Amino acid sequence: MSLQKITHVSGRGVHVAGNDIDTDRIIPARFLKCVTFDGLGAGLFADDRKAAGAAGGVHPLDDPRFRGAAILLSGANFGCGSSREHAPQAIMKFGFRAVVAESYAEIFFGNATNLGLPCVSAAREDIQKVAAAVAADPALELTVDLVAKQLRYGSAAVPLQLRESARDALVNGRWDAIAELLEGSASVQAVSARLPYLQARF
Amino acid sequence: MAKSLFQKVWDAHTVRTLANGQTQLLIGTHLIHEVTSPQAFGMLRDLGLKVAMPHRTFATVDHIVPTDQRTEPFSDPLADEMIKTLRRNCAEHGITYFDLNSGRQGIVHMVGPEQGITQPGTTIACGDSHTSTHGAFGAVALGIGTTQIRDVLATQTIALGRLKVRRINVTGRLAPGVYAKDVILHLIRVLGVNGGTGYAYEYGGEVFDRFSMEERMTVCNMSIEGGARVGYVNPDETTFAYLKGRPYVPKGAAWDEAVARWRAVASDPGCTYDDVVTIRGEDIPPTVTWGINPGQGISIAENIPAPADAKSPDERASIEEALAYMKLQPGAPLKGTKIDVAFLGSCTNARLSDFKEVARHLKGRRVAPGVKAIAVPGSQIVSQVCAELGIDRVFRDAGFEWREAGCSMCLAMNPDKLVGDQLCASSSNRNFKGRQGSPTGRTLLMSPVMVAAAAVTGAVADAREVFGVTP
Ligand code: SF4
Repeated sequence: MSLQKITHVSGRGVHVAGNDIDTDRIIPARFLKCVTFDGLGAGLFADDRKAAGAAGGVHPLDDPRFRGAAILLSGANFGCGSSREHAPQAIMKFGFRAVVAESYAEIFFGNATNLGLPCVSAAREDIQKVAAAVAADPALELTVDLVAKQLRYGSAAVPLQLRESARDALVNGRWDAIAELLEGSASVQAVSARLPYLQARF
Repeated sequence: MAKSLFQKVWDAHTVRTLANGQTQLLIGTHLIHEVTSPQAFGMLRDLGLKVAMPHRTFATVDHIVPTDQRTEPFSDPLADEMIKTLRRNCAEHGITYFDLNSGRQGIVHMVGPEQGITQPGTTIACGDSHTSTHGAFGAVALGIGTTQIRDVLATQTIALGRLKVRRINVTGRLAPGVYAKDVILHLIRVLGVNGGTGYAYEYGGEVFDRFSMEERMTVCNMSIEGGARVGYVNPDETTFAYLKGRPYVPKGAAWDEAVARWRAVASDPGCTYDDVVTIRGEDIPPTVTWGINPGQGISIAENIPAPADAKSPDERASIEEALAYMKLQPGAPLKGTKIDVAFLGSCTNARLSDFKEVARHLKGRRVAPGVKAIAVPGSQIVSQVCAELGIDRVFRDAGFEWREAGCSMCLAMNPDKLVGDQLCASSSNRNFKGRQGSPTGRTLLMSPVMVAAAAVTGAVADAREVFGVTP
């Protein structure tokens, strides 16, 4: 299985501010009633978007200026809460191809990486700088560069962090581990043979 | 060299190192449910693969099942499609499935322990973040996403980076009226909702030594709310006594061998941890959340924080956001705040000991007028034992609705939901915005006995005062 090597993601950005944005907000539970991931994009931040509208405002995802953005900017501990892969799926189905946040919850990060959705980290001040530039010029092109570990925008750039195992998986096109895991099946047999609880039959 | 349980289990289940530096880790036990598995089976089918170890895969249905009337088809066609899909996938792949008519159905994190599927020294994965619950038995139990469910189905392994281990000691004793739920709410308050990122939490100390398995499960369950993907307690006599005689546990000579192995898997004295935290049991108060994440908790005696109390601009912003959503007054006592709903259930606190303890206090009392109170056993077994002991009657007589086993109002993927901005005293584990089914619904997390105190008084209350528990 050959996978796309994800070295760069370029496109416009949108900033969804806040820390501890949990998976229930990213995709509320009622959208989990499905047997495929198709159609999840519509549910992305559904309740937040509705609440923003009801309060007389507009959520950044509904702001026409940011329509078609490919890079989602956010705060610390993004994706905390449940293990629902529906969360990164909804982000991707909505059209995002990378997330830039201060930090991520563990399970969300792993799920996103497995889907080929780079989740890179940047310092708060840097995210704020980029967000300000995007707000001033929504058409501004951003580039998340996983090779140089840099986010470039206009003529400026800020450094990015990304766990090496994830970076390696993305840039070398092995973010979906299944092929490699299947190759290990002989060793799996050997290891399981040493574990008595796997031999029990009921 | 002295090793922690985590290290021993990790090493014993390591298949090999992958090209990106992660470990291919063998998953001995795979638990699945209806919400996160259908897409994984779809992927498996697309790749033309089979389930590698169907005999190590166990399924039940919990999130979407109605807790009032259970005749099929369910009134919600999507829920109905989900249960049928699970049934079909299990039948097609030869997977053990605890269905509604089995008498053993329930929340997946209750079914594993009840059946003795959850055992010390094993690796367990489930497409659900509260899989950390199973760590109470000394297992390394991980919540995974759907693509990883596919990986486990197809290969019985996942790719994972090794976690660090933080030892958390809770010393001394808990005060009367303080429960396991308070311990974990307090720990998350102290260590932060992302304090555990990258860590497995090993819980120990005298308080855990004395805890029952059910209390240990309550704490391990919420490890993920503190950012830790794994939480565990070393196995001991309490663990073995709980497991003995359960359906999937070895019998006869094999039992003795298993116990010997389980004893040996516990952390060695003198092993090193990446971090150690010690908390005095005496310092833990009955804790209630007032905000929109599980770390926003206070002692029942404290006042609701004000933005001015914040130690950082970040904290200030999160207090402001939480107060606005929760419609609570900064600086006011939380105690006395009127509630609309009392929910007793979820994989954190819907075990027999929870209902027993509440029933002890609830006997002869009535739910306050205007409060909707529901009690939802976490499994059919709990439900059956409660019926045998007459516990269901105590709840019904008090004015609680007594329901069938499932996740219910913990996340409201079933008909049990908050309405509008109702305020709910809840024994569950998440108080996120919209968590209980209404986008403006509000959740206060607390122990089951505190939920009961709120139910009978109609407001957030100190259960020790309501039920006359003296320090
Ligand atoms: S009870 Fe709640 S937290 Fe537990 S598995 Fe069900 S929905 Fe998840």
